[in-house]
Amino acid sequence: MINALKAVIWKDIIMEYKTKQMTSSMLVFSGLVIVIFGFAFELSIEVLHKVLPGMIWVAMIFSSILGLNRSFMLEKNNDCMQGMLLLPCDRTIIFLGKFCANFLFVLLTQIIIVPGFFVFFDYRFQGGLGLLVLILLVGTIGFIAIGTFLAALASNSRMSDMLLPIILFPITVPLIIAGVQSTSLIFQGQGFDAISQWFYLMLVFDVIFLVIPYMLFDYVMEV
Amino acid sequence: MNQNYLLGKRHNILGWTTFFLVCISLYMIFIVTPTDVRLGIVQKIFYFHVASAWNAFFAFFIVFLTSIMYLVKRDRKYDVIAVASAEIGVIFTTIVLTTGPIWGRSSWNAWWVWEPRLTTTLILWFIYIAYIMIRMSDMEWEKKSRLSAVFGIIGFIDVPIVFMAIRWWNTKLHPVVFGEGTDQTGGGLDTIMLYTLILSVFTFTALYFYLLQKGIAIGNMRNKVDEIKDNFKNAI
Repeated sequence: MINALKAVIWKDIIMEYKTKQMTSSMLVFSGLVIVIFGFAFELSIEVLHKVLPGMIWVAMIFSSILGLNRSFMLEKNNDCMQGMLLLPCDRTIIFLGKFCANFLFVLLTQIIIVPGFFVFFDYRFQGGLGLLVLILLVGTIGFIAIGTFLAALASNSRMSDMLLPIILFPITVPLIIAGVQSTSLIFQGQGFDAISQWFYLMLVFDVIFLVIPYMLFDYVMEV
Repeated sequence: MNQNYLLGKRHNILGWTTFFLVCISLYMIFIVTPTDVRLGIVQKIFYFHVASAWNAFFAFFIVFLTSIMYLVKRDRKYDVIAVASAEIGVIFTTIVLTTGPIWGRSSWNAWWVWEPRLTTTLILWFIYIAYIMIRMSDMEWEKKSRLSAVFGIIGFIDVPIVFMAIRWWNTKLHPVVFGEGTDQTGGGLDTIMLYTLILSVFTFTALYFYLLQKGIAIGNMRNKVDEIKDNFKNAI
């Protein structure tokens, strides 16, 4: 089972390494988000203090939609999905593998883009760096978990790139609220106590939306 | 061959019952119940607002149940019920979202407040619009039923989390402005008002079942037509 999981993740990583489609488009898109926000708002330091947390999350969410859409559409070419379904193991492995791979790619983009926000807006970050990393990690896990699942669901339709944002955004509302709120608390220099409530909410969201897709993935992947 | 795309006698009885219930409710709401002292005539919208809100939640709960039943039993009848119920639920949520601001404008002096109940209803509306989008996408019916059942389950589970998140977000931003009572007018309800409210909720529930029967019949008819079309294609 572990081997199968490794194989699925490795396949995605190799494919990404050769084509660099997902990460490059996500990176370029997030960069453009920075540019557009730079023009869209008159950003003084006080305003920045308030809107930067939201901007980071918006960039993360919209750019990962691009990646999530690709992740299952890719398998449509040459009927690759058929091949994956023939894996001699539980089908939820496909979900877990795809989830890990997507998470890795989004993480990669974030490692470059979040400092990018600080650099381009000349923002001196003074909160706890560890906390910021923790919150971004937990938030991304939840978003990618339900995102991967719904991407698999939407990939059955020909208009999946339109369908995915519409079905994904309402479901992830709690995560977005919790993420933006806790990030903005961290930016104000608050400690873990202040964000613990949001942190636990995100944790609960993560657990629920890792377990439920795990249970329902078989139904999505049926032929 | 099932003939349940034909509406029977029971449907007629339910239809007439609903009709009389609606008449009585309207009479109760507009003639019998006194006008609210502070809010005036606008308060009458409350009976429609609460009743549709209750029905919307009930309809989505039915979607949740029938979605699970469909995944377990794989009987197409559950799928038909789920779709009909989701459509009615969206209509009722739309009623809630239109009557809400009208009422809110006169009682809170604001069209919209980002308050937990309102915002959750809005998100709920979006979730079930998404559900209907999945229904409308281009897939074979088996796939479509399966996927929308899965989404129906996920969407319903998400609602309490959305509510919690918005509630916390709201209290973090500004203090709770409105009373915590069910009617949000802050005070208790007059007895006659309460009876009218219960009656209107009951009436709307009857209306829900009436519409549901119609929806199921239409769904069955649609399936039947598809079946005939397929047979016809195969014959050629």
